[in-house]
Amino acid sequence: MSRAFFRRRKSCPFSGKDAPVIDYKDVRLLQGFMSERGKIVPSRITAVSAKKQRELGQAIKRARHLGLLPYLVK
Amino acid sequence: MPLYEHVFLARQDLSQAQVDALAAAATGIVEANQGKVVKTETWGLKSLAYKIKRNRKAHFVLLNLDAPGDAVAELERQTQINEDVIRYMTVRVDEHEAGPSVQMRKQDRERTRRRDREEMA
Repeated sequence: MSRAFFRRRKSCPFSGKDAPVIDYKDVRLLQGFMSERGKIVPSRITAVSAKKQRELGQAIKRARHLGLLPYLVK
Repeated sequence: MPLYEHVFLARQDLSQAQVDALAAAATGIVEANQGKVVKTETWGLKSLAYKIKRNRKAHFVLLNLDAPGDAVAELERQTQINEDVIRYMTVRVDEHEAGPSVQMRKQDRERTRRRDREEMA
């Protein structure tokens, strides 16, 4: 079977050593996982593991509550 | 005692001295309830991603607490009443970050980068 569209699976950016810590205060890090509209990007695109995606979602929601990140960008 | 991070946002038209007074008041409440404030960080006047109670900007203050739950309940109760505080959040953490948080480090980074640029010019 030919694997014309096979792409190597990317690894989670929050696993492994010297991976960044997910923190609601780190606005710049969190912004990398949001769309231009201010939505959280699904993990199937960013390759974040399920566990880390939950942490990431929590952190983004906390940052939004504090007005550090937008709920939506018009 | 459990560890908490308490962040509050003060109205934009307050002076820095008034914001410091608010932080001192919060510290007083925690200490009156057998708690400790491990660290106080003022992030300064930052612009908000959206308007909160007609404020475009707000003074951010972070308090790292080592306090019983009662102290946090009392702190939140008093913060709710205070009209100078437009928003607050208390999060329980497993451990406090050593050294300054990302918000403080970012300011340093920007300052050094600016210096680099000036040197190049």
